[in-house]
Amino acid sequence: MINVSELPLWVEVLVAILLLLSSLFALLGAIGLLRMKDFFQRMHPPALASTLGAWCVALASIIYFSTLKSGPVLHGWLIPILLSITVPVTTLLLARTSLFRKRMAGEDVPAEVSSRRTESGS
Amino acid sequence: MKRLFPAPWLSLALWALWLVLNLSISPGNLLLGAILGFLAPLMMAPLRPLPVRIRRPGVIIRLFFLVGRDVILSNLHVAWGILTCGTRPPRSRFVKIPLDLRDANGLAVLSMITSVTPGTVWSELALDRSILLLHVFDLDDDAQFIEHFKQAYERPLMEIFE
Repeated sequence: MINVSELPLWVEVLVAILLLLSSLFALLGAIGLLRMKDFFQRMHPPALASTLGAWCVALASIIYFSTLKSGPVLHGWLIPILLSITVPVTTLLLARTSLFRKRMAGEDVPAEVSSRRTESGS
Repeated sequence: MKRLFPAPWLSLALWALWLVLNLSISPGNLLLGAILGFLAPLMMAPLRPLPVRIRRPGVIIRLFFLVGRDVILSNLHVAWGILTCGTRPPRSRFVKIPLDLRDANGLAVLSMITSVTPGTVWSELALDRSILLLHVFDLDDDAQFIEHFKQAYERPLMEIFE
């Protein structure tokens, strides 16, 4: 356990750079959300925040608290791991719903990839 | 033993998760984590469609780092695409990928990989699991992308799960 004021300079610089990088990626994700043209394009930019954005914060927290406590403090890594397990649930749901609705509305999206059994059977 | 611990790896992972979350290996936390690891798989056992059989730990570690690298590259690619979309709109489109992987758990991991990678969105899987429809943010060459996708992700997953 060391005092905050005794943190080595390189740790402070490294943590600051990681936090800035992370906020940069979150900002880019938000800008992308605004600038993209259609729904499916818009599904891509927010992933910047949930991947590199979250990873950099987790790494910064691990480095900062591990130096502060003079021992490994690793539970920050659970955030990226749990995020990568849960993000697909919402992504898949949104993509599937949008595809279904666009097909019903007759918009320009690929046709269903499954061949219907009833049609091919008869 | 099999009935008490239907998913031994899940039990171990939950136990480790509990200890890491609490940052302690005191006897009380060891016991609480063990109870969680024992009870959670038992309660979830009726939900589990298929037992997981995992092999080739070396391939898992290699796939983990490969996905990490590809996610970082895809992040930079999408970030660049967002910054330059005024002058050069990203070539977004759907790609149909023929799949050889049939294992449900393997496909679940594949869907995790594609959703975590910013450049790709898992859009639809054929009922017989033979075709995957993927939306790609910026794509140059379809054939090359499909080749990389199958070599880098599908092949190792088939080695691990099948």
